[in-house]
Amino acid sequence: MTAQQIQIKLFARAKELAESELITVAVSEGTTVAALRLAIADQFPQLKPLSSQLLIAIDNAYAGEDQTLNGKQEVACFPPVSGG
Amino acid sequence: MKPDYILITDQPIDYAMVTERVRSNDCGAVVLFMGTVREMTAGRQTVALDYEAYPEMAQQMLEQLIAEARVEWPVHAVAIEHRVGHLSLGEISVAIAVSSPHRAQAFEAGRFLIDRLKEIVPIWKKENWSDGTSEWEHKEIKTK
Repeated sequence: MTAQQIQIKLFARAKELAESELITVAVSEGTTVAALRLAIADQFPQLKPLSSQLLIAIDNAYAGEDQTLNGKQEVACFPPVSGG
Repeated sequence: MKPDYILITDQPIDYAMVTERVRSNDCGAVVLFMGTVREMTAGRQTVALDYEAYPEMAQQMLEQLIAEARVEWPVHAVAIEHRVGHLSLGEISVAIAVSSPHRAQAFEAGRFLIDRLKEIVPIWKKENWSDGTSEWEHKEIKTK
């Protein structure tokens, strides 16, 4: 399978832990959100304190675990929200 | 119906302006909810809060919540402003104004909007405590 680079916007504590507002994660083409999670955990161990709490959004909507990535979407990753 | 109004801003919230945006001769009720920066939380003292947003997604999620409120209640207009950046004690972090023909609908829709905002809209709050430490607040989420 061909490798693909996914750029991910980070927010709040995720951004602080990674010390970057944008990270690039290598995944295989057509990967799912669930597989992306594993790739993030593997390639950015500094995000481990948030691990299972991390939420993934694709094109400004919460993503399902089996949603696939095509490299053209806007992907974001962040901890549970606390606005208001 | 008036167009809905959503703004994520680093400027102080003018709650009178937010309220005026929903007032109408078609409505007998306007409800305004404001969130403000509280000093004491479970015995700990806050000196300031920092808010961060994912603005494009926050806008989209708020549009979705307003649409859901309209399915449930005969809402005439909604205006929502959420502040980002550094906020001092007592400052307004969020203002939600809702107008409807009768008061019960405006109260219920306003309650729904702030409750769901706190659950799904991508905005985060960082507490700056009086002991000099700071921490992001993270709640468990229900994306429904």
